[in-house]
Amino acid sequence: MATATADHDAHANPTGWKRYVYSTNHKDIGTMYLIFAIVAGIIGGALSGFMRWELAEPGIQIFPGLASMVYGHEWQSAAAIDAGKHMYNVFTTAHGLIMVFFVVMPALIGGYSNWFVPLMIGAPDMAFPRMNNISFWLLPPAFILLLMSMFFEGPPGGMGTGGGWTVYPPLSTTGQPGPAMDFAILSLHIAGASSILGAINFITTIFNMRAPGMTLHKMPLFPWAILVTAFLLLLSLPVLAGAITMLLTDRNFGTTFFTPDGGGDPILFQHLFWFFGHPEVYIMILPGFGVVSHIVATFSKKPVFGYLAMVYAMVAIGFVGFIVWAHHMYTTGISLDTQRYFVFATMVIAVPTGVKIFSWIATMWGGSLSFRPPMQWAIGFIFLFTVGGVTGVVLANAGADRSLHDTYYVVAHFHYVLSLGAVFSIFAAWYYWYPKMFGHMYSETLATVHFWVMFVGVNLIFFPQHFLGLNGMPRRYIDYPEAFAWWNQVSSWGYAVTLVAVLVFLYTIVDAIMKKRPAGDNPWGEGATTLEWTLPSPPPFHQFETLPKIK
Amino acid sequence: MAAHAKNHDYHLVDPSPWPFVGSVSAFVMAVGGIYWMRADVPWPFLIGLAGVLYTMFAWWSDVIKESHAGDHTPVVQLHHRYGMILFIASEVMFFVAWFWAYFDAFFYYDEVQQIGRVAATGGHWPPTGVELFDPWHLPIFNTLLLLTSGMTVTWAHHAILEDDRQGLKWGLILTCILGAIFTVVQAIEYAQAGFSFSGNIYGATFFMATGFHGFHVLVGTIFLLVCLFRALNGHFTPKQHLGFEFAAWYWHFVDVVWLFLFAAVYVWGSWGIAVGH
Repeated sequence: MATATADHDAHANPTGWKRYVYSTNHKDIGTMYLIFAIVAGIIGGALSGFMRWELAEPGIQIFPGLASMVYGHEWQSAAAIDAGKHMYNVFTTAHGLIMVFFVVMPALIGGYSNWFVPLMIGAPDMAFPRMNNISFWLLPPAFILLLMSMFFEGPPGGMGTGGGWTVYPPLSTTGQPGPAMDFAILSLHIAGASSILGAINFITTIFNMRAPGMTLHKMPLFPWAILVTAFLLLLSLPVLAGAITMLLTDRNFGTTFFTPDGGGDPILFQHLFWFFGHPEVYIMILPGFGVVSHIVATFSKKPVFGYLAMVYAMVAIGFVGFIVWAHHMYTTGISLDTQRYFVFATMVIAVPTGVKIFSWIATMWGGSLSFRPPMQWAIGFIFLFTVGGVTGVVLANAGADRSLHDTYYVVAHFHYVLSLGAVFSIFAAWYYWYPKMFGHMYSETLATVHFWVMFVGVNLIFFPQHFLGLNGMPRRYIDYPEAFAWWNQVSSWGYAVTLVAVLVFLYTIVDAIMKKRPAGDNPWGEGATTLEWTLPSPPPFHQFETLPKIK
Repeated sequence: MAAHAKNHDYHLVDPSPWPFVGSVSAFVMAVGGIYWMRADVPWPFLIGLAGVLYTMFAWWSDVIKESHAGDHTPVVQLHHRYGMILFIASEVMFFVAWFWAYFDAFFYYDEVQQIGRVAATGGHWPPTGVELFDPWHLPIFNTLLLLTSGMTVTWAHHAILEDDRQGLKWGLILTCILGAIFTVVQAIEYAQAGFSFSGNIYGATFFMATGFHGFHVLVGTIFLLVCLFRALNGHFTPKQHLGFEFAAWYWHFVDVVWLFLFAAVYVWGSWGIAVGH
């Protein structure tokens, strides 16, 4: 260790590609996560663009041609039409998996949490800085595996896996025997490993690295949200890993976990999947709750209303989130008593969620409000998430779900909470923390334009889908009867508007980088009270070399 | 570590190639696994596996070096403890999946609306064509073996606390031997199984649950062997021996999973049923 001193000085601020590939710095890793999420988001969003383009009119328009171009089928042949139909399902599947595992989770948990959990609790870095980096670097291989799956055989004669993001057997076993499904399964294995390691890291960091004096009940709400999220990840993902491992052996080694012929049970997979899948939807939204709480407080110039209630509402949502999974399975033949329980338990979640919504409103009540871009996105989040939450209460009824299950009503519901709720919280966080992360300000005018165009666009896409679902249009079909034409066309125009919004978003970034308006340590004023605003923008490579003391 | 201008006890780890190398290896292993399953070509998988194993070796070697360099202050050790406990918690949930699959078959083998399943199981337990193990034959022997190994690893633990290097060494050697015997006995049992992994739900749940447990025994044994090797090289002090403690925790976890397997799968699953050896 004689040269330790010199080595350490040399390593203190790594540069070039090694700074990122070998990184042990939570801010650099967070930045990589954010860039990854933006790239994956553009790909996942493009997939849905083709779907909306196809669904703009009744009949089958673009996918046969697309299949001919990508997979080389003869133009407008019967084979091309079949391949096109399957390709639509492949796009649906890939869109879902990409948005869940490679956009929302990396952005909120990998990106913002990596950046801001240590800053907000007054820590110099994460508890396991090196493990942090493998959490990130496992994602590109997982993403590449998922993209590769689109170019291998799924069902006989078709490319890619088209069984939906839920990968239910038998469609994911005997229905699609080709290797495409194996690629998707192993992609989920690797993405899951990445998230479990991340969860361990966040829990350890939050429990052990809070600044002196910061008790758990003084900790800001964003780290609280991430703490609950990390527990959900830690306890739910291994069950998914088990379930998809069983899929893998059913597919390749002749086991019969999900095959009735050998005494197996296809519904078992749905139980295992949703035991993971339901906590997963809270994994995607809880970080957004944390973000929005800070933004609402900052731009109301008031502390958040009902801090402790906000904390324990999140804990309650996380806990109850583990015992409601079979509300995704009302139509599978589970007993009436089981359905009654899951209806009740599901509706209970509306209580802590209501606590959060009303507390945000109460925070704004009587506050000194300013509607700068982060606040616009946060209020947009509250509105859109509430719409999605209310339709969730409708769907929680096993009776109503009989007719609404697997219709566009469900599609509208979960897009209101996720692609409108979670994604709006991602943009809210982006505009809130962008000056802190990169040290310069974006154009607030452009950000406002981005908000309004996107707000109009996504509502145009998804609000009409409620009508389609109530009228009985099933999800995951490439075609539909004339009767559904009008609202589908409106929905597709909504996509066009949203596309413009995404272009405005990208231009806002370019504009911000070109103009480099200095941001200052705290661009938001006295309302922004958490520790990250006490640091320079951007923060030094290693912050809090001397730990801050909390009164 | 005075070169860091830092006034805290946290460990700011130096940049490291291993996360990236490990991720690339995992990718090769995944693609190679599909090649192996689909095209019967094992070597891409094996190359990936070698990469993953090398990453583990190199990464944990670095951790040991950092420990010897004094980076593992009390708070950092606390991090490691939390990390290991949380890792074991996630492992518990992994086994929940296998127990869930087993109980789904065990409790609902004759559920009337599952026509296909009832036809396959014959509506009785054990399912048609399955001959169960006698839990009071090899399985109880293995249970006692693992319980004994839990005792020997505790002996080793108390020895290190007393700075008794001989006790540490022999406790670890005995634990490793008991672990190895367990694996051998399990292999003998597998060879005598009256059912196969494929084609029936009992074999699938049995081999998957006990197989993943067996894999964890193997990993635990290697973990303990590494500790033995480190102990022989003079590592560990009565005050600081986290590597050993984690191996012991992991071993106890593997032990407890076995007790649940023994109780649920071997004993309860064969309760009141004529069984072969």
